[in-house]
Amino acid sequence: MLNIVDLTKEYKNVTAVDHLNLTIEDGEFFGLLGPNGAGKTTTVRMISTITPKTSGDIVIDGESIDRNLTTIKAKIGVVPQQNNLENEMSAWENLEVHGILYHIGKEKRRQKIAELLEFTGLTERKDDLAKTYSGGMKRKLMIARALLHEPEMLLLDEPTVGLDAGARRKMWDLLKRLKSNGLTVLLTTHYIEEAEVLCDRVGLINKGKLVQLDTPLNLIEEVGKVTVEYFEDGKTHEEFFRTREEANTYAGTIEGEVRIRPSNLEDVFLKFTNRRVES
Amino acid sequence: MSGLYGILWQEAVVFRRKFWATTLGNMVSPILYLIAFGWGLGGSVQMNGMSYMAYIIPGIIGMNTMMISFSNTGSSINISRLFYKTFESYMISPINMTVYALGKIIAGALYGAYSALLIIILVSVFTTDLAITPYFVLVALLNCLVFSAMGFFVGLLVNSHSDMSKFTSFVITPMSFLCGTFFPVDKMPEVLSWIIYLLPLTHTNIALRSAGESPEQMALHVGVLVAYFIVLFVLGAHHCKNVE
Ligand SMILES: Nc1ncnc2c1ncn2[C@@H]1O[C@H](COP(=O)(O)OP(=O)(O)OP(=O)(O)O)[C@@H](O)[C@H]1O
Ligand SMILES: [Mg+2]
Repeated sequence: MLNIVDLTKEYKNVTAVDHLNLTIEDGEFFGLLGPNGAGKTTTVRMISTITPKTSGDIVIDGESIDRNLTTIKAKIGVVPQQNNLENEMSAWENLEVHGILYHIGKEKRRQKIAELLEFTGLTERKDDLAKTYSGGMKRKLMIARALLHEPEMLLLDEPTVGLDAGARRKMWDLLKRLKSNGLTVLLTTHYIEEAEVLCDRVGLINKGKLVQLDTPLNLIEEVGKVTVEYFEDGKTHEEFFRTREEANTYAGTIEGEVRIRPSNLEDVFLKFTNRRVES
Repeated sequence: MSGLYGILWQEAVVFRRKFWATTLGNMVSPILYLIAFGWGLGGSVQMNGMSYMAYIIPGIIGMNTMMISFSNTGSSINISRLFYKTFESYMISPINMTVYALGKIIAGALYGAYSALLIIILVSVFTTDLAITPYFVLVALLNCLVFSAMGFFVGLLVNSHSDMSKFTSFVITPMSFLCGTFFPVDKMPEVLSWIIYLLPLTHTNIALRSAGESPEQMALHVGVLVAYFIVLFVLGAHHCKNVE
């Protein structure tokens, strides 16, 4: 279980994360959703001990984490937003080094590596240098690497950014398989659809603060399951309603082009942060 | 110690992959120095009663091991931290950062030692003046470790690649010319030579020549290098635990 208590990160000019409180249960697939600069990466980097926190606490299974506590770090697997593979090494070599650093015995290491290369579909390219990989392949290799030491929790910072629609869907399938294996996952994204498809619970974060926290369905219900979208004064407006009847009634009062559609997480986001999420 | 093994294994893989580029790259500047100062200038010069070629070979080994060890570790850490972000993957991993520092410093020092080996092979083709004693090997290795540790610390401290080359221009390059590589330090104005005696490369260069020195003097050089290494290593390892 991951407990984040009053976590704060201040940089010179901005408070990137502002008294964040969050609990992620074992086996949960948790999504941290927010626009650019919301503080998602900073949060993940503090959990993975890359960025020192300003104040607050991060507790995993009852133990506060710290860069110099080597045991607890083995419980986490991290896939950062930015590629950090050894470019001059092959996929297999990248995994081998990781396995050695995480004290996995040779036999088990070799077997796990073969398994994960298969799982991520990289077996055929395992001897090619990482720098020759496409963006999607690099991401997959980073996921394979993060899973190699069998962590209890996986931190994924925007795992599908820069992937085309097909590759993104394949990545989702891969993540769903992880989920069904019972791994605890903290995923950050600004793709609303990604959070809706994958996450048990979603935290909306804006300017370093948690704005809302619930299951995707509850969040949508809370806002109103039905959205009326219309165009007026040069802007698109949205109104939310509990039922289709209410929405119909309201739509009848509007002149011009009106669209009635089911609400989605993006609407929730819009309502709580008053800004559109870029995707 | 599997952390140390992991880092050295990783370095070995990359070294093997870049073997020829490293080997040839390491030979260019020593060859140029030997041609320019050994043959070109040196034919007509005697230094301390020996041929100038014989005089500068240990200096070139001292200077070159300094440059190679410093720049390999320094730029490897700097680039890995600021550009490739691979440094982060070690921060995340359960490796102790002191072990990480040790691994990287040893690896960089081995690059320096390899370059020394190349020079020794190179000069053995046309001179027999170079006497390789255990003391010589010890000093050369210590020099590699000192400057690899310096590279590690500076690579962590400095936040851009251009600052890295500034450090080289303002510290490393002046040392290579002033610390007794090409001429004895006592030819310098007295005040300047005091400062120069405080620098590690000076002791390396004197020790590598070790002509007519007492055991105490020989021990002093080793002591100075060991002290430099310990201070730089502790600084680097400590900084490694807190760097962002
Ligand atoms: N090293 C740093 N120095 C100063 N400010 C920083 C640093 N890293 C992040 N910030 C600031 O902290 C805030 C949060 O950034 P962060 O990278 O966590 O956002 P994010 O939610 O991951 O955004 P994105 O969706 O663009 O990845 C931003 O205002 C950013 O400018
Ligand atoms: Mg981010």
